[in-house]
Amino acid sequence: MSQVTAPSDRRYTKDHEWALEAEGAVTFGITAFAVEQLGDITLINLDVKVGSTVTAGKTFGTIESVKTLSDLYAPLSGTVVAINDALENAPELVNEDPWGKGWMIRIQPTAGDLSSLMDSAAYASHVESSDH
Amino acid sequence: MTDVSSEVLKATPLRAQHQAAGAKLVPFAGYEMPIQYSGIVREHTAVRTAAGLFDVSHMGEVRVRGQDAVPFVDGLVTNDLSRTAIGQALYTCCCQEDGGILDDLIVYKVSETDVLIVCNASNHEKIAGHVKGRAAGKSGVQVVDESDETALIALQGPRAFDVLAALDPSLASLGSELGSFRFTKRPLLGAEMTIARTGYTGEDGVEIFCPSSAAPRLWSGLLGAGERFGLLPVGLGARDTLRLEARLSLYGNELDESIDPIEAGVGWTVKLDKPAFVGKGALLKRHAAGPSRSTVGFEMLGRGVGRHGYPLVDGAGSVVGVVTSGGPSPTLGKSIGLCRVPPQLAAVGTKVSVDCRGKVVEAQVVKTPFYRRPR
Repeated sequence: MSQVTAPSDRRYTKDHEWALEAEGAVTFGITAFAVEQLGDITLINLDVKVGSTVTAGKTFGTIESVKTLSDLYAPLSGTVVAINDALENAPELVNEDPWGKGWMIRIQPTAGDLSSLMDSAAYASHVESSDH
Repeated sequence: MTDVSSEVLKATPLRAQHQAAGAKLVPFAGYEMPIQYSGIVREHTAVRTAAGLFDVSHMGEVRVRGQDAVPFVDGLVTNDLSRTAIGQALYTCCCQEDGGILDDLIVYKVSETDVLIVCNASNHEKIAGHVKGRAAGKSGVQVVDESDETALIALQGPRAFDVLAALDPSLASLGSELGSFRFTKRPLLGAEMTIARTGYTGEDGVEIFCPSSAAPRLWSGLLGAGERFGLLPVGLGARDTLRLEARLSLYGNELDESIDPIEAGVGWTVKLDKPAFVGKGALLKRHAAGPSRSTVGFEMLGRGVGRHGYPLVDGAGSVVGVVTSGGPSPTLGKSIGLCRVPPQLAAVGTKVSVDCRGKVVEAQVVKTPFYRRPR
């Protein structure tokens, strides 16, 4: 595997989700490493709508690739304020731009904060140590 | 994201080639095998539109020689080897006494005294043991396991024969000479190889048996010759999506020891009018009573992907069947699969529901194969 690159503007879970804070809201997505492991993504199933609550460490949806099905885990607890509707008809956005257009949901955090999550350096070493 | 296996994995003779090509290697049936190179959909599409190259050297090769080789092997399989010509290959099941499927095989009738059995890697030990066990004490047959010395490379897709012709001009007319499920021995790249017009993708193409020592130069030679035709190396991931679209069974999914070939949807490989073979009595009985389940194709109507092992449920939530294989079809752009259902749910058009990990998603029984190559 090539050198893991993860943007330093956001935080990470061990399950390869990212969380990016902006103007009090936090956006969730999955990392480029996760996308590479999943391969071609065919379906994003979000179990939440605007107004739903998510709980840190619990699933908020699933992601289907040609290869497999994976759960999406919420990095933080909060109330959903936006979902990325574009993924319903264009799940490939996650393959093409996991750090940007492939975002999944945005929440208003109700408990905890990003400091409980890994920073980009910790995430990179997590990936390298789990890569085999 | 994958488990580290402590078992010692075998490598095929092409491991270095796979690593150099950037393949992702995973443990599979005791071997370290490439699951993908450039991406499942890309590799899948290459096979449907151009050509793909597969390392399937993990498959088992068990050779049976001797004056009784043909009747001996015929007694172990459900299909009829006596009506197979010399130079012809036969797809068949190999059953245990109760009719359960030990493996699905391709049996190559090389001569009246030489038969090659090709079995799944996952069943290699079982089948080699079964054949040797049945041969014990019979002077008319000798069984040799040739798996370690034999590599198998599949070249599949509409441009497969163009690639062969580009590799060696002596193969230029092979596409018109070699019939489906026929095979021929040819000297190629300084080794004797057997080229069979068989495959596991639903496309035209060949599978080439070669000595393990010659496998790296055959692999590299084909990749080089095929470059201008769009040939790509293809891993086990796309091999699975390709075979599913073509409705080719996978042992461990559609086929296993708990099901007979008729229920598993490969009843056409069972020739109940041929002389005794292992499992014939049980299959006759089951056939007379009518199968208690069928294996049929489905496509998802709702948003969801039915995958291996997911239950099929009725309106009341009771389990009525199970998905044996399923996933997104790159060619068709929808989710497809195969499932075991009671016969009353087997008709095309029947609505069934798949329990996708707690989410019930509607599906419909459809005609198979899902994909048929244009001719």
